[in-house]
Amino acid sequence: MSQLNLTLKIWRQQNANEKGRFETHQVEANEHMSFLEMLDVLNEKLIGEKKEPVAFEHDCREGICGACSMVINGHPHGPQQKTTTCQLHMRHFHNGDTIHVEPYRAGAFPVIRDLVVDRAAFDRIIQAGGFISVNTGQPQDANALPVEKDQASRAFDGAECIGCGACVAACPNASAMLFVSAKVSHLALLPQGKVEAARRVQSMVKQMDLEGFGNCSNVTACEAECPKGISVENIARMNREYFSSVITTETRVD
Amino acid sequence: MILNANIPDEVKKVPLEEKWTKYRSTVPLVAPNNKRRLEIIVVGTGLAGASAAASLGELGYNVKCFTFHDSPRRAHSIAAQGGINAAKNYTNDGDSVYRLFYDTIKGGDYRAREANVYRLAEVSANIIDQAVAQGVPFAREYGGLLENRSFGGVQVSRTFYARGQTGQQLLLGAYQALSRQISLGSVDMYNRHEMLDVVIVDGKARGIIARNLVTGKLERFAAHAVVLATGGYGNVFYLSTNAMNCNVTAAWRAVRRGALMANPCFTQIHPTCIPVSGDYQSKLTLMSESLRNDGRVWVPKKKEDAEAIRKGKKTALDIKEEDRDYFLERRYPAFGNLVPRDVASRAAKTACDEGLGVAPTGLAVYLDFSAAIKRYGQSKANSSGIHNASEAQIIELGEKVVEEKYGNLFEMYEKITGENPYKLPMKIYPAVHYTMGGLWVDYNLETNIPGLFALGECNFSDHGANRLGASALMQGLADGYFVLPYTIGKFLSGDISTPKIDANRAEFVAVEKETRERIDKLMSIGGSQSIESFHRRLGKIMWDYCGMSRTAEGLTAARQMIRELREEFYRDVFVPGKADEFNPELEKAQRVADFFELGELMVVDALNRNESCGGHFREESQTEEGEAKRDDVNYRYVAAWEYRGWEEDPLMHREDLDFDNIELKSRSYK
Ligand SMILES: Cc1cc2nc3c(=O)[nH]c(=O)nc-3n(C[C@H](O)[C@H](O)[C@H](O)COP(=O)(O)OP(=O)(O)OC[C@H]3O[C@@H](n4cnc5c(N)ncnc54)[C@H](O)[C@@H]3O)c2cc1C
Ligand code: SF4
Ligand code: FES
Repeated sequence: MSQLNLTLKIWRQQNANEKGRFETHQVEANEHMSFLEMLDVLNEKLIGEKKEPVAFEHDCREGICGACSMVINGHPHGPQQKTTTCQLHMRHFHNGDTIHVEPYRAGAFPVIRDLVVDRAAFDRIIQAGGFISVNTGQPQDANALPVEKDQASRAFDGAECIGCGACVAACPNASAMLFVSAKVSHLALLPQGKVEAARRVQSMVKQMDLEGFGNCSNVTACEAECPKGISVENIARMNREYFSSVITTETRVD
Repeated sequence: MILNANIPDEVKKVPLEEKWTKYRSTVPLVAPNNKRRLEIIVVGTGLAGASAAASLGELGYNVKCFTFHDSPRRAHSIAAQGGINAAKNYTNDGDSVYRLFYDTIKGGDYRAREANVYRLAEVSANIIDQAVAQGVPFAREYGGLLENRSFGGVQVSRTFYARGQTGQQLLLGAYQALSRQISLGSVDMYNRHEMLDVVIVDGKARGIIARNLVTGKLERFAAHAVVLATGGYGNVFYLSTNAMNCNVTAAWRAVRRGALMANPCFTQIHPTCIPVSGDYQSKLTLMSESLRNDGRVWVPKKKEDAEAIRKGKKTALDIKEEDRDYFLERRYPAFGNLVPRDVASRAAKTACDEGLGVAPTGLAVYLDFSAAIKRYGQSKANSSGIHNASEAQIIELGEKVVEEKYGNLFEMYEKITGENPYKLPMKIYPAVHYTMGGLWVDYNLETNIPGLFALGECNFSDHGANRLGASALMQGLADGYFVLPYTIGKFLSGDISTPKIDANRAEFVAVEKETRERIDKLMSIGGSQSIESFHRRLGKIMWDYCGMSRTAEGLTAARQMIRELREEFYRDVFVPGKADEFNPELEKAQRVADFFELGELMVVDALNRNESCGGHFREESQTEEGEAKRDDVNYRYVAAWEYRGWEEDPLMHREDLDFDNIELKSRSYK
C-alpha cells in the first residue's frame, strides 16, 4: 500500500465576516483513502495538537447526498471527472504533491466556516416552483399514464442532480443555470409535470435571479465539473421552455 | 407498565383486512378550522419526516420542521439504492396485500405486530401512485409501464426502483412536496438545527430544544405535538453503511424523558458491502441487494486456494468452476442467492470463519456476475439476430445489459476499490446497515409519552427481528404520507381548545438549562483523546460482541467495557472550539455520548433475549446445522425498555405478540 506525503494549502475562515487565509499542513495518507478520509487524518492530527479541525461538509460519503463541497486544485470536487469529493480517492494523487483546498466561491453561497458554505439559495429556488402540485392521496393508479421509456430516462438524467453546487462554483459568472435547468427538465419531460411547466420555469428563473446567481455565458465549465454528468442540453431545454412559456402561454410570474 | 397496541375495541373486533379502514372511518378527526390553530413539530426530513411534514401541511396544520442538515434533501434516505416494495401485482406473479404482509412477518421472524404490518402492506400501493404523480422517475418497460424486480426473502417481483438511486428519487419527491408547503407558508423549515431534547408539559410532549448549528445558540420551540422521524442508530457501531451523521440523539433524549426503547438489539447486518480495507476507514459502502438478483455468492472450496488469493498469488479467475462453493445456493436451494439478509450474512461469516475468505483481511466473499453476463449476452445476441456469436461478443453484449441494470453500483465499486467488477468478481462482506429496534409506538405511531410520535427507522414497528430489502422506504413513506396524518388526529382532537403552547414556560426554560449544562460539561473536560477515537472504540466493542453473533459471556463482558469506556470519555475526551459557534466536533461529542448509553442498552437487550431470531443470533440458541433457533414460548414479545439512568438497570416492559392470522413456523429458506 503506498504512502503519500502531502502538503495541504487549506482555506481557514472563522465565519462569513472574517477574512480567510490559506494555512499549510503536512499529512500522511495512503492511496486507498478517500479525500475526506485524508482530511479526517488531518483533523485528528490537529485535535491531537489541541488545534481546531478544518470544518467541511459531508454525510453520505457515497456521492449521493451532495453535502461535500470544496474546490481542490481549482476544481470543485477535485480533478477526477464525474466524481464527488467523498468518492475521490487518494490513488489519484502522488507522493509529494501540494494540494490546494478551498471553499466554493460564489456570492450566493456565503462561507459559514472554513470549507462550509451556505447553499440555502438552492432550496429557495425549488420552493419557488421545483415541484408538481399534488397533495397526498390525490393520485390515480401509477400505471394509468404510461411514460415512454426513453422519455422517462431523459427526465431521470435531470433528476440525478444532487444539489451540490459545483456547477455554480465552476462558473466564472457563478451561474446556477445547470442546477435549475436539471430540475426544470426533469419535471417538464414527464407528463405529470407538464401542466405547471410554464409557471414553474418562470418562477424558478425569477428566484434564481433574486438570489444573485450570475448569467450564463455558455462557458460549459459547469458540465465539465458536475459530478453527476448533468448535461448543458438541459440549459438549452430550459431556455426553450422559458421562451415558449412567455410566447405561447398567458402565464406570467412577476 | 402494560403495553398494548392501543387498537380501539371496535377495530380489534373486525378481521385484519378491515382494521385500517374501520380505524380510519372511526378515528376522531380535527376540523379544518381547528387544524389551523394547531401546531406540530416534525423532526427529520428523511422519507418519513418529509412526507409527514408535507402531508400535515397540506391538511392545514401549522408545521415546524427540523433537520441538522443544511437542506432537507440531504437526509440519509437519499442514499437508499435498491428499491421500494409495493403489493401492486403488476407482474401478475401472484402478489397481494396478504402476501406482502405474510412475507414481512415471516422475514421479521415473527417479532412484529400483525395489525401494523398488514396496514403497511395495504397502503404500499398508494405510495407508488403518490410518487409517480410527484414525478419520481421509476424504471419503465418499453410499453411505458412500471418495471419491477426481486429482492431477498420473497418469491415475487414487487420491487419498484429508480436506477440505483431509489431513495434519492423518492426523497426528492417528498422534498419537493415539502418545499411546496414551505412556499405556501404551512411549514416553517429550520435547517441546521439539531434537536437536543424534548419538552414535556403536564405529561404531554409539547416542544423541543434545538441547537442552531451555525450560531451555536440553544432555541426553544413549542407545539401541540412532536413527531420524531430521525432515522436509525446503526452508527453506534462506528462503521456502518449509514451516512456519517446518522445518530440516536433525538430518540435517546426522548428515552431519557420516559419514552420506551423497543428491541434495541435488533440490528440488520447487510451481506453485500465493500469490505473494510484499513483503520482509517470512516464508513462502509453498501452494494445493493438488487445485485443478488444476478450475482452469485461463492468462496473457494479449498483453503489453499483461499490463502493463495489472500496473498495475491491467485485471483478468482484462477479458481475452476468445480473448486468453487456457491454456498448460498448449496445451503438454501429454494431461495439461493436471494435468502434474507440475516441468513446471507451469517453464511458469509461462517465461510470466512472457516478460513475461506478472499480478502487480505480474510473477511470477504465473492459476488460474481460472470454467469449473468454470459446469460444476458447470449439472449441479447439471439434477440439481435447475431448467430454464432463469439464468446467475446457475448460477453461484450452481456456487460452492456449488466451496465444498464447496475452501472452506477459497478462504478461506485470501482471508484472505491480500484478493481473492475465486470472482469473480476466483487469482494463483499457483511456490515451494519439498519436498525429494526427503535422507539416503542402503538398502532397510532405514538410513543408511550402522549403527543410524542415516532416514524420511519426511528420507531420499532414493522420489521420485527429482520427487515426485508426495499421495505424501509416503504415503511417510512407509509408512516409519513398515509398513517400519521390520520392517527395524529386522535391525539390532537383532544387538544382543539388548547391555546398555543408558550415556549417561555418554566418547563422549556428548565430543559434548555439542562441541555446547556450537558454541553458545558463536554466542553469543560479538556482531556487528551479525540471524540472520533472513542467512537471507534465503542464501535469495535459493539461489533465484536453485539454484532453478527452474540453470547451471554461476550455480552456481559461488553457491558462492562462500555461502562468503562464511557467513564474514560467523560474524563479524557477533548472537544475543540467553543459552544456558541459552528462546531461539528461538539455535535459529534453529544452524539457519541448518547451512543454509549444506547450501546449499553442494546447489550442488555441482547443478553435478555436468549433466543436467535432474525438479525439477533445467540450462539446458545442454534440448531445442529447452525441455523437460528427461535423460542416462541419464552420470547414471543417486544422488549420495551425504560431507561432509569446510568446508575440503575433499565426496566423491561413486555408487549406480547399475538398471531391470529399467521401460523408461527420455523423460518426456512431451504
Ligand atoms: C446505503 C443504504 C441503502 C439503503 N437502501 C435501501 C433500499 O434500497 N430500500 C429500502 O427500503 N431501504 C433502504 N435503506 C434503508 C433506508 O434508506 C432507511 O431506513 C430510511 O431511508 C430511513 O428513513 P427515515 O426517514 O426514517 O430517516 P432518515 O432518512 O435517516 O432521516 C433522518 C432525518 O432526521 C434528521 N435528524 C436526525 N436527528 C436529528 C436531530 N437530533 N435534530 C434534527 N434533525 C435530526 C436528519 O437530519 C434527517 O433529516 C438503505 C439504507 C442505507 C444505509
Ligand atoms: S447540476 Fe451537477 S454540479 Fe450542479 S448542483 Fe446538480 S449535481 Fe451539482
Ligand atoms: S458526502 Fe454525500 S455526496 Fe459527498
